[in-house]
This record gives sequence, C-alpha cells and structure tokens, in this order.
Amino acid sequence: MWFEQVLFFLAGAGALAGALGVVVVRNPFYSVLALVVHLLALAVLFLLLHAEFIAAAQVVVYAGAVMVLYIFVVAYIGGADEPLRPEGGVINSFGPLFAAAIGVELCVAFIASGLEALDTRGADVGAGFGSPAEIGRLLLTRFLVPFEAASYLLLVAAVGAVVLARRRRGLEDIGALEEVGAPPDRKEPPSAETTLEVRV
Amino acid sequence: MDITWFLVLSAFLFAIGAAGVLTRRNPLVVLLCLELMLNAGNLALVAFSRMHGGQAGQVFALIVMVIAACEVVIGLGIIVAMYRNRLPIDIDEMSELRG
Amino acid sequence: MSGTSYGWLVLAFPLVGTLAIAFGWLGGLRGRTAGWIASGAIFGAFLSAIGALIQLQDQPEESRSLVDSAWTYVATGDVKVDLAILVDPLSVFMCLVVSGVSFLIHVYSVAYMGGDRGYTRFFAYLNFFVFSMLLLVLASNFVLLIVGWAFVGAASYLLISFWYRRETATRAGIKAFVINVIGDVGLVVAAFLLLDQTGALDYAGVFAQADHVFGHNDGTLVAACLLILVGAFAKSAQLPLHTWLPDAMEGPTPVSALIHAATMVTAGVYLIARTHPLFELAPAAADVGAIIGTATLVFAATVAVAVTDLKRTIAYSTISQIGYMVLGVSVFAYGAGMFHLMTHAFFKALLFMGAGSVISAMGGIQDMDRMGGFRKAMPFTFAAFTAGALALAAFPFTSGFFSKDEILAFTLERGGWYVVLAIAGYAGAALTAFYAFRMVFRVFYGNPVEEARELEQGHIAHHPPSNPATGEPEDTDVGFPAEEHHIAEREWPMRAAMGPLAVLALLAGVVQVPGVSDVIEKFLEPTFADSHFHDTAPSDSSEWVGLLLGGLISVAGIAAAYHAYVRRRGITLQLRDRFPRVHAFLVNKWYFDELFEALFVRPVATAGGFGRAVIETRFVQGFIVGGATGVVRVGSSLARAVQTGYLRAYALLLLLGVALLILYFLLASS
Repeated sequence: MWFEQVLFFLAGAGALAGALGVVVVRNPFYSVLALVVHLLALAVLFLLLHAEFIAAAQVVVYAGAVMVLYIFVVAYIGGADEPLRPEGGVINSFGPLFAAAIGVELCVAFIASGLEALDTRGADVGAGFGSPAEIGRLLLTRFLVPFEAASYLLLVAAVGAVVLARRRRGLEDIGALEEVGAPPDRKEPPSAETTLEVRV
Repeated sequence: MDITWFLVLSAFLFAIGAAGVLTRRNPLVVLLCLELMLNAGNLALVAFSRMHGGQAGQVFALIVMVIAACEVVIGLGIIVAMYRNRLPIDIDEMSELRG
Repeated sequence: MSGTSYGWLVLAFPLVGTLAIAFGWLGGLRGRTAGWIASGAIFGAFLSAIGALIQLQDQPEESRSLVDSAWTYVATGDVKVDLAILVDPLSVFMCLVVSGVSFLIHVYSVAYMGGDRGYTRFFAYLNFFVFSMLLLVLASNFVLLIVGWAFVGAASYLLISFWYRRETATRAGIKAFVINVIGDVGLVVAAFLLLDQTGALDYAGVFAQADHVFGHNDGTLVAACLLILVGAFAKSAQLPLHTWLPDAMEGPTPVSALIHAATMVTAGVYLIARTHPLFELAPAAADVGAIIGTATLVFAATVAVAVTDLKRTIAYSTISQIGYMVLGVSVFAYGAGMFHLMTHAFFKALLFMGAGSVISAMGGIQDMDRMGGFRKAMPFTFAAFTAGALALAAFPFTSGFFSKDEILAFTLERGGWYVVLAIAGYAGAALTAFYAFRMVFRVFYGNPVEEARELEQGHIAHHPPSNPATGEPEDTDVGFPAEEHHIAEREWPMRAAMGPLAVLALLAGVVQVPGVSDVIEKFLEPTFADSHFHDTAPSDSSEWVGLLLGGLISVAGIAAAYHAYVRRRGITLQLRDRFPRVHAFLVNKWYFDELFEALFVRPVATAGGFGRAVIETRFVQGFIVGGATGVVRVGSSLARAVQTGYLRAYALLLLLGVALLILYFLLASS
C-alpha cells in the first residue's frame, strides 16, 4: 500500500540521517542524540515489518535505557569536540572505502540475482505474528536455552561493569594518581571485609 | 512492500556504522557506531523473519539487543575506568598491545 | 668338540683377554700381570687352533671345510649374511701361525715393555689386535672379513700411536690409518661387485657361482679382483700404498714385530690366497699382482741397502719379503707363498726382537751409524739376530732358503714373461742377503761403541729420553716410552721368545724340502684343490736347480756384505760420496713420500682450506644460514609491523577481511 511505502521512506530517511549524524557530528553528545533518532526510526521500520514486540523493546530498552546510560557517561566524561577536519592517514582514508565496499557488496548480494531464495513479497503471516504472546511463547519453549544464556550474560556484564568502574585503591596509596595528574579522591577508609583487589 | 528495500537499507546502515568505527577517535562515538552496525543487523534479521514467516528471526533480534546492551555496559565501564585513571579518551592512545 | 667349536674358542680367548685386561678384573693388575694374562689368552688361542687342526685332519679330504654360523646378520631377499666362521686348512694354517708367533711376541713384550706407564693398555690393545686378526682369518664371508679387516686397521692405529704424546707417532698412526682406509674402500667395493654379480657374500657361494657367472677375464671380475688387490696392497704395504709401514716403526718394537712383520701385513697375502678362484678366472688381475709384487720387492730391497735406522731397514725388508709372497700367490704358487709367509713370520719377528734388544742396549737410539761391536756384550742377541738374518738372506738350508726360492722356482716354471719377474726376484734376493748382513756386521762387528763397552762393564747405557727421529727431549710419563731398557741377556721372557723362533727360523724348512717332504703343500691342498694350476708345479729337479741358484746368490750377497763392512770398512762411504744422487734417491725412499705429498696431500689441504674459508664461512654461514635467518627476521619484522596496537587498525583489517569474504561468496555463488 502507498501508505506503507511513504512510511517506509520517511522512516528510512530518518534512520539514514540519524546514522550519518552519529558518524559525522563532532560533539559526542549530539552523536548520542542522533543515535536516539536513528533508533526511533528503526522502531518504525520494525513495525512495518510486523514485529511489534521488537519495536516496543527497541524503544523501551534501546532508546530508553541504553541511550540514557550513554548520556550519563557523556555527561560524566564530558566529551570534547573532535577536530573538524579529520586528519589524514591510512585508516582514515581507507576505512570508509572498505566500509563502502562492504555496503556495495551486500547490496549486490541482495538486489542482484545472487540470493535466489529471496521471496521479496514476504510470506503470509497470521494475525499474531510478532506479537508479544508469540514471542514470549517461543522464548519459553523453543528458545529457552538462548533466553537463559542471555540472562546469564546480562548478569556477568553487570558484575563486570561494577568491577571495571571501581576505584582502584592501590594507586591512591602510592600517590601514583597524583603523579599522573588525577585529582585526589577522598580517601575511603579500608573496609573490614576483604575487597576485590584488582591491580591495574 | 518489497522486503529487499529493508535489506538494502540495512546494508547502508551497516556500511555507515563501519565507516564510523574506523574513522572516529572518541571511544564513546566508536561504541555508538558499533550500535549502528548491530541495529543494521537487527533490521536485516527482522526483515528476513518477515520474509520467511518464521519468528525465529525476531527472537534472534531480541537476543542481539541483549548482547548489545551487555557490550555497551562493559564498554562504558572501560571508558569510565579510562577517565578515572586520567588517561586521554582517545583510542589511538590505547596502543599498549603493540608488538 | 667339533672343529668349528675350536674355531670359536680361538676367537674367544683373545677377546676375553682384552676385556679382562681392559676392565682389570683381577684386582688392579699390578706389575706384569696384564702381560701374563694376555700371553695366557693367546696361548689358549694357540691350543684351540691345534685342536681345530686335529679335528680338521680327522675329516676326509673332500670335506675339510667346516662352516659354523653363530647368528644371521641379514636375511633379506637374496642376501644372506651370517656371523659364521670357516675352519679349513688355510684358515687353520693362518691361525696357527698368527697365534703361535703372537704368543711368543707377547712373552717377549712382558719383559720388554716393563716399566712403561701404559703397560696394561699395551696388552689390551695387543690382545684386541690378535682377536681381530684371527677374526679376519676365520671369517667365512666377505662381511666378517671386512669387519676383521677394519678392526685390524684400528688396532694397528692404536698401537702405532701407542706413545701418543709423540707427535711423530700420532702422525704415523694417522698415515697408516688413512692408507688402510683406501684399501678398505677397495675391498668393500669389490665385495659389492661380487654380491651384485653372484648374489652371495660367503666364500662358498661366491666361488661356486663365479664359475658360472664370469667368463675368462670378465670385465667386472677383473675390476673386483683389482679392487681386492687394492685392499691387499694397502694392508700389506705394497707399491704404491707402502709409505705407511716405515713410519709405523714409531710404535714399540713388539708392535713392529707382531703387526708389521708377522701377521697384519700378511693379511693381504691371505686375502689373495683365499680368493684364488676369482683370480684364476681373471688372470689379468693376478698378473697385475705379480708385477706389483716384484716391483715392490726390488724397490724395498734397494732402499733397505741405504737406510741407516735399524728398525726401518727391517721394515723395508718386510715390504720386500711380502712382495715375494704376493708374487707367489699371484703366480698361483699357493703352497710356496703361504710357506714363505710362515717362515717370514718366524725370522722377521726374530729380527725385530733382536733389534729391540739392541736398541735397548743403545739406550733408545736406533741409528745404525752409532752402533757397532755388540758381539761380545750381547752374545745371545747376536746369535738370535744372526739366525734371523741367515733365514732372511735365504742361506742354504735355512727356512727362508726353501720358502723363498720355491716361489722363484714356481715363477720360472710359468715361463714366458714371468721369467723377467723371476730374474728380478733373484736380484732382489741378492740385495736381501746383502742388507741382511749389512745389519749384522754394522751392529755386531767392528769396534765396540761406547754403549757396548758400558754393557761389557755390566750396565746398560742411559741417555736422556728423546724422540729417536727428531731428537727432541721427552719425559717418561704415560704417553712416552719408559726409561727402563730391557735386553735379552737379562730378561728370561725375551730369551724364551727368541730362542724357539731362532730354532724355527733355521730348521722350519724341513717341512717343505722338494722331493723329500711337502707337509705344507699337502696340508693346504684341500683348500686349493679347485685350482687349475695344480699341475703346473715345477718338477723336483727344476726346483733344486732354482734352489741351487738361490743359495749361490745368497752366499754371494753375504760375502759382499762381509767384504764391505768387515774387511774393508769405509768402502760404502766412498761409494756414497761417488754417487751422492743415487744415495739420496735411495735414502729418501725413491721420493714416494714427497710425490704423494705433492699429488694428494697438498691439493687436499688446499681444497680444505678453500672450503673452510670460502664455502663454509662465506657461502654456508653467510649465505645459506644468514640468508635463512635473514629471511625469517625480515618476515617476522614485517609481521610485527602489523601489531601496531591501534584498535582502529585492527578494526580495519577485520573489515577488510569481511569484505573479502563476502566478495568470495558472491563470486562463488554466481
């Protein structure tokens, strides 16, 4: 339907614009915002593809939680603007080239008769296709193991993040942080229980 | 609606994300571009799922989102650690693995 | 016990002797114990050889060839090689001669080597040598023969450089070994050729096949026989591979007596006799042997006339006498050749023993120019030495007389151009008689020198220890000769050894008097029964003519020596001054050493230096090794350049790889 096509082009344009914004914009804060736009456009595209639950998850989890996390970190770190003109060098000149090559190759693969298994119209799908009920049923029956593994992965990631971002005790004691130029953190008294000593 | 359009779009997004990973020096932005690539992959997955009528693609995309979240968490943790240790926030400076 | 069991015993005794002495089982081996153990071992071998002899003679004549195999070395395809010994008349004959003479020399050495710091080592080596020689003689196939051959060469090397701190001795040992190796190569290649053509390596197999496989003077057979001759000449010091034997006199005198007179150097003669069926099928090779034997005989005799070192004179005499033996077996006079081998063992060992006694009396000096007039001071040595010299000169009715002249009679009988060889042989006999008594008269006649006078007073002369060849001083610690000197008059073991040899040298001829007795000939007949030249033996009367001729020549030679050295002393010095160039030519051994030095040693040394400087240093080290390491180093530095540490560079490579992969799949599916 023409409605779908218009929506597709609008959402596609928004996704592309957001993507370009992430790559091109100098200030990292604005990059994050561009990515948010991109994610929302992508959610629309998911809706067009009858993936309601995925679209909702995209908005809530991705654009909601993950981007907020990004914004927190940007605020904490205070990203400085990168120089306007990218400096030369092999990577800076060849990088986009190879990326473009990949893009072209993939297009060729999709559009040309390389992938003959493609049925471009899309299969007939029932009413509940992509609904939370369906996804949930699949997650708890057929894809139970990936589901559980993913939750385990989340746990590991959470613990890892806490460990990575801890204050390093040893460096303050020997004054190395001051040598490097870090502002002296307020000294925490060594706690009674054993703490996780991670040597830098 | 031709599913091929979605796939072409995902290819472009992937290429843009790859170019960004290679070009930018701020690790935060590199991570953002990484997100772009992952989302492009998600788009392709969902498109294929629509094409074949199976929902495995959507579940796959969901798991990819979980992975992306984990990776972001760790990546940001590393960046915070870098900031805490007063190292410059520039991935070109992190070259101690040179041989 | 069967004949072959005795054969194994013959081998076992010296081997056990060596091991026992080497490990010094009997609590420390003080004093002369090692010597008596060694002598006892050889005496056991001698008795076992006699046992084998008796067992062999019990067999009927046709089956006097006993082979016994201990185990099989190789049994692949058509090749079967056993550790097997052959007990037949020829090998028993050699065993008796080798073990008998070795025993006497061992007894002699018990006294002679006393006081030497390497006494025990000496007897271990000596027993090892006898074991190797007996192994060589008892082998029943070419492989075991070559094993024994190599062992004997090794033993010779060990014993020549016995006084290993003397540089002249070690150099002589190396020279002997290198020339022996040339012979070894010849022998091994010959064995291979025979294996290739006949498919067998044991004597019985090869000789049986040879008749069928080879025609008369077949090319391959002649080549194989010539190679066998190369081996024989290297071991027996014939032209041109003779240069090592005079230098081998650096070893102790008993070593010279045993190895370089009586036993090892006769291995070549034994080899030719053993492979006689092949030589009879290829007379061309036999003729080569005869010619070289004669040439050597004449050459060595001429040099012996001029050389002044006592031991070297006897060494050249050995070379000459072995030339006679080689001539004998090459004209297919096997009985005569082996008979001469036996008598030569007796009188040559005797001569060396006597020389050892004289050199001891001289306090270590070997130069005949400084000797004289020992007749009164050393009567026993004089008598023994003269007995040996008489036999060497083939004085009528001594053992040498019958053996040497029988060879020459055979040669004459062959007729044709062999007559030339016989005439040369008689000329050599004249020279032999002359130089034999030259030694006797110079050492024992004339005015007594200082050392002789000291000995008459009752004590042996003493000089500061030094190298007899170069004169440089030495000490008497291990590796150099002892300070003690032993002479026969004072040591009973030396007399006990020299006495029987003197008797044998004079009287052993009775076993093979033409027309009267032919013990040796009859004994060896079963081995040589397949010879085609059986009936070409000269008649008794022509033999007696030859003997008469030889006797006259011998007496004439002795008379000439008497005239030159006793009646008119100094005439030889005048001759030397009249013909300085001839004398120099003879004294420098016909310049063979210089010739080989220029032809072989110098080019090889230059090539070696070139190899080291250019090929090894520049090419191998620099180019190949350096190149290989350089390539690796460059490659690894290139690989290292990839590890920049930049995350973006790694990502770039990753993406590049992905792009290439997708490209590949795209292309593959189209």
